[in-house]
Amino acid sequence: MGVEIRNRIAKRAAEEIKNGMIVNLGIGIPSLVPNHLPAGTNVMFHAENGITGMGPSPEKGKEDENLCNAGGFPVSIVKGASYCDSTIAFGMIRRGRVDMTILGSLEVSGKGDLANWIVPGKKVPGMGGAMELAQKAKKVIVLMNQTDKYGNPKIVDECTLPLTSARCVNMIITEMAVFQISSHGLTLTDLFTPYSINEVRAKTGCSFTIAENVRVIN
Amino acid sequence: MENTFNKIIELDVAMKHFRDGMIIMFGGFGGIGTPPTLIDGILDNGYKDLTLIGNDAGFPHIGIGKVVSQGRAKKMIASHIGSNPVAGQLMTDGRMEVEFSPQGILAERIRAGGVGIPAILSDIGLDNDIVTGNKQTCIMGGKKYLVETALTANISIVFAKKADPYGNLVFDKSARNTNPLVAMAGDMTIAEVEEIVPLGSLDPDEIITPGVFVNYIVPSKGVNWKWAWE
Repeated sequence: MGVEIRNRIAKRAAEEIKNGMIVNLGIGIPSLVPNHLPAGTNVMFHAENGITGMGPSPEKGKEDENLCNAGGFPVSIVKGASYCDSTIAFGMIRRGRVDMTILGSLEVSGKGDLANWIVPGKKVPGMGGAMELAQKAKKVIVLMNQTDKYGNPKIVDECTLPLTSARCVNMIITEMAVFQISSHGLTLTDLFTPYSINEVRAKTGCSFTIAENVRVIN
Repeated sequence: MENTFNKIIELDVAMKHFRDGMIIMFGGFGGIGTPPTLIDGILDNGYKDLTLIGNDAGFPHIGIGKVVSQGRAKKMIASHIGSNPVAGQLMTDGRMEVEFSPQGILAERIRAGGVGIPAILSDIGLDNDIVTGNKQTCIMGGKKYLVETALTANISIVFAKKADPYGNLVFDKSARNTNPLVAMAGDMTIAEVEEIVPLGSLDPDEIITPGVFVNYIVPSKGVNWKWAWE
């Protein structure tokens, strides 16, 4: 996926972040989201390794090896930031203080089941903090490709991979469209140009309804 | 520095407390906050068949990853090993057993071990067989929970920024991570520290780990690996 498309997805996700939120970002496209927040948005970015209030990457040469995000890459902190141990960092998640998590996934079902931690026999990375985040963050947004590298839909009727958590995803943003997930199932709300609803349908592995006023994003 | 409590020791003395087959718990998250000098000590002294408990498997050349990559662990309890492909290979080949625990629950199991609680109740990962395994469950208030057992170790190794001779510890930024929890859960805890300061010079309000949990203090030779981002 090209940088431009990744940024378009990240920019759409950034719209979901409101002033005052505590937000946890996964690796990959989610890490681009802060670049698209309007100036003056007060957000505390949370990291599982014990930072509340992460700021942008430091300039080259100004990295601090003991100030890194959960992926192990150097970050900075914003005014009002704090450090804590891992139990407190996850306490924030389980207690419902983390308003939103934005993460990647291998598969998502139309019911909002998330499968993003293991491909049996192939990839055995372990769940890390994904289960707590998926289960306990107030809102779960998945940013991913519409299809895998073989062209198979990643939004499916039933996940074939082991679940990270069932019925936890609230929103999916792909390079083609934005979907909301509620108890009524999957609804397409936004469409990225140049794609048509039929093209999206052809690359989605389950049925979805279409919102009354679909927003088209250039 | 006055060694008032005889806790400050050299690396070679610290290493005499280790044995093959031990359960070792380590602080750190992706290698950040993992004690580099003690890790090298374990490697140089050839300790093997270890059970390692900690957040992750580091990177092949970073943190606990160095011990894992040399095949010194027979078992690992961690939340992920994805950043260390060697660990994945050892697991796939059946040469290292890996028990996965969700990250925050792993931290709580370590904390529970450290504060004398036998187990905690958790609703994390109830949808997943790999998490539920053969664990006991219980119903409380009409909801189902997993009984997640506490973790302790023969020796805990942690990395701190500063210690006084009593072993009171101060950590550095995000290198704190699991260290204060791991420090409590060892039958013996050895803290590798960047700086040893005189007794009374740490503000009691800034101490994160009280020295009661720390048996020995070893001066650090510093991080000697190249970080993934370098």
